[in-house]
Amino acid sequence: MSNAIGVAALAIGVLFNIFGCIGLVRFPDIYNRLQAATKCVTIGTCFVLLGAMLLAGSTATTAKCLVCMIFVLVSSPTAAHALARGAHASGVKLWEKSVVDKFDEDGQPGVESGGKK
Amino acid sequence: MEAIVSYVCDAAFIALLGCCGLCLYRIGRGPTAPDRAMAIDILGIVVVCFTALISVTTGRDIYLTVGIAWALLSFIGAIALAKHLEGKGFDE
Repeated sequence: MSNAIGVAALAIGVLFNIFGCIGLVRFPDIYNRLQAATKCVTIGTCFVLLGAMLLAGSTATTAKCLVCMIFVLVSSPTAAHALARGAHASGVKLWEKSVVDKFDEDGQPGVESGGKK
Repeated sequence: MEAIVSYVCDAAFIALLGCCGLCLYRIGRGPTAPDRAMAIDILGIVVVCFTALISVTTGRDIYLTVGIAWALLSFIGAIALAKHLEGKGFDE
C-alpha cells in the first residue's frame, strides 16, 4: 500500500517538474519564468521526496527526506523572490504585453536605481 | 510491485534528464543574467530530485545527505547572485 502511494507521489512530482521546466523555456520574460518554474519545481521536488520517503521506509531516510522537503519548501520561494527583486533593480524590462508593475509604481522601498519601463 | 517501482524510477530518471536539458537550454540561451541565475537555481533543485531517486534505487541514504548539501549550496548561490544583481553586499 505504501509502495503504491509512493509510486503515485513520484509520478506526480516528476510531472510537476516537467511542467515547470517547460514553463522555464516557453514563457516570454524572466518574471513569468520565475513564476512558472519556481512554484512547479518546488512542489514537484516535495512530491518526489515524499515518494522517496514512502518507498524507502527506513527511519533515517524518512528524517532526511523530511529535512530536505522543509528546506526546499522554505528556501526556493525566498531565492525566487530575491532574484525577481534583483532582476527588477538591475533594470530588466518587463514583457511588452505586461499590464501592471506595482513594484515600480510604489516607489520601490530600499532600491536606489529602479528598473525603467 | 518491485518491478513497477523500478520501472517508474527508470522513467523518472529519463524525465528528470529532460528537465535538466531544458534548464541547460535556458542557462545557455537566457538573454539576461538573472535568467541564467534562476535557471541554475532550478537546476540545483532538480538535482535534489535526482539524489532522492538514486537513494531509492540503490537503497543507500547517503545520497540524500548529498541532496541536502546541494540544496543548501544552491540556495546560498542564488541569494548571492541576487544580492549582486541588486547592487548590494551579501550581508545587507
